[in-house]
Amino acid sequence: MRKVKAEDIKNRVCEAVIEANIKLPPDIRKALEKAREEEEGTARKILEILLTNADMALKERMPLCQDTGMVVVEVKLGQEVEITGGSLKEAINEGIREGYRKGYFRASVVNDPILRKNTGDNTPGIIHMEMVPGENIEIIVLPKGAGSENMGRVAMLKPLKGVEGIKEFVLQAVKEAGSNPCPPLIVGVGVGGNMEKAAYLAKKALMRPVDIRNEREDIKRLEEELLYAINALNIGPQGLGGKTTALAVNIETYPTHIASLPVAVNLGCHATRRAGFVI
Amino acid sequence: MKVIKAPVSDEDILSLKAGEEVLVEGIVYAARDAAHKRMVEALQRREPLPFAIEGQIIYYVGPCPAPPGKVIGSAGPTTSGRMDSYTPPLLSRGLKVMIGKGERSPEVVEAMKRYKAVYLATIGGAGVYLAHKVKEVETIAYEDLGPEALRKFRVENFPCIVAIDAAGNNIYNR
Repeated sequence: MRKVKAEDIKNRVCEAVIEANIKLPPDIRKALEKAREEEEGTARKILEILLTNADMALKERMPLCQDTGMVVVEVKLGQEVEITGGSLKEAINEGIREGYRKGYFRASVVNDPILRKNTGDNTPGIIHMEMVPGENIEIIVLPKGAGSENMGRVAMLKPLKGVEGIKEFVLQAVKEAGSNPCPPLIVGVGVGGNMEKAAYLAKKALMRPVDIRNEREDIKRLEEELLYAINALNIGPQGLGGKTTALAVNIETYPTHIASLPVAVNLGCHATRRAGFVI
Repeated sequence: MKVIKAPVSDEDILSLKAGEEVLVEGIVYAARDAAHKRMVEALQRREPLPFAIEGQIIYYVGPCPAPPGKVIGSAGPTTSGRMDSYTPPLLSRGLKVMIGKGERSPEVVEAMKRYKAVYLATIGGAGVYLAHKVKEVETIAYEDLGPEALRKFRVENFPCIVAIDAAGNNIYNR
């Protein structure tokens, strides 16, 4: 067994949440630059400001957006790893706590959905754990804002609805979301599994860079067709019209039940922030 | 470009048209969900609001804490729709301008027409860019709400677009 100290995990999570909040991922930056060249008028002006904002954030080490989100943490834990000096879960939450304090990031988490008292340190995160072969721990953090998260949708379609049903549902979700999720969007789509699996796949889809398409040719085509259809909606940057409503549609799939066709849409804003590391 | 500065008069409001770019100057009050809930509860109990709302501007924002040497952390707009049900009572007391992002309910638009008010959109996600337009910050009430406390900002050249005007014209309905 390889030993990894909880303290080291905490420190890396702390660095990762800071990096994610202040640095726009390079693939998203590139996509925004390309969109700026294609837009004119208000849409172009908005994209220009968003790119300036990204420069300022990195230079001044301030978060891109004041909604520094609830932190989704995706952990791939190698089976050959033994964590010493504390629990993995506590190390991750302590890393979030420290990162949000050091970064002067907003505490955006309440202790209970009904009582709603701010926990003051942006914990707990939402931790997804997967056991994998090997002796490494791979962690991705995704501080997810609520403006976009609130516009997510899940549907349990009839299998006979097929690809057309999936397309219709995704388009409807983006249309209803309008300007609320801060377009240009990254549209995460999960298809298959069951209800919670589809939602989780949609979130995982948002962790994939916008310049990487699904490996399966038919899914890749579906991603491209949906992106084209979404950008024809003329919602545009900030919902004020334009060609760029989404930067990418990322779809993830999983086997499903003979009677099911679950589809989930998880929207990411133009500052879908992520950072990760392997320890 | 037109400049909007509180106190805002009915005449100022009626001159603004949806789609127009404007700059906001001077005092704006920063409030989001939890502060709105408290303000509306105060009105229901017939208590005064923490500030005189006639002719004033509310910005829907919950900023990040100020890093050393800065007056405020990132401070972009939040989704305005969550404030919709709290908004008509504030408009009836004289609130004139709201700043946020995203669409408003038909009830809010009706109240804006009745009480002569405008809704401005600014740029969601431009947290640092907009923080630079905020020159002074003072927490004036509900400090226990942390990032959701009621704050008074002084802003300069704060960029907005008239999203819904007092005639009910709406840039989102295209």
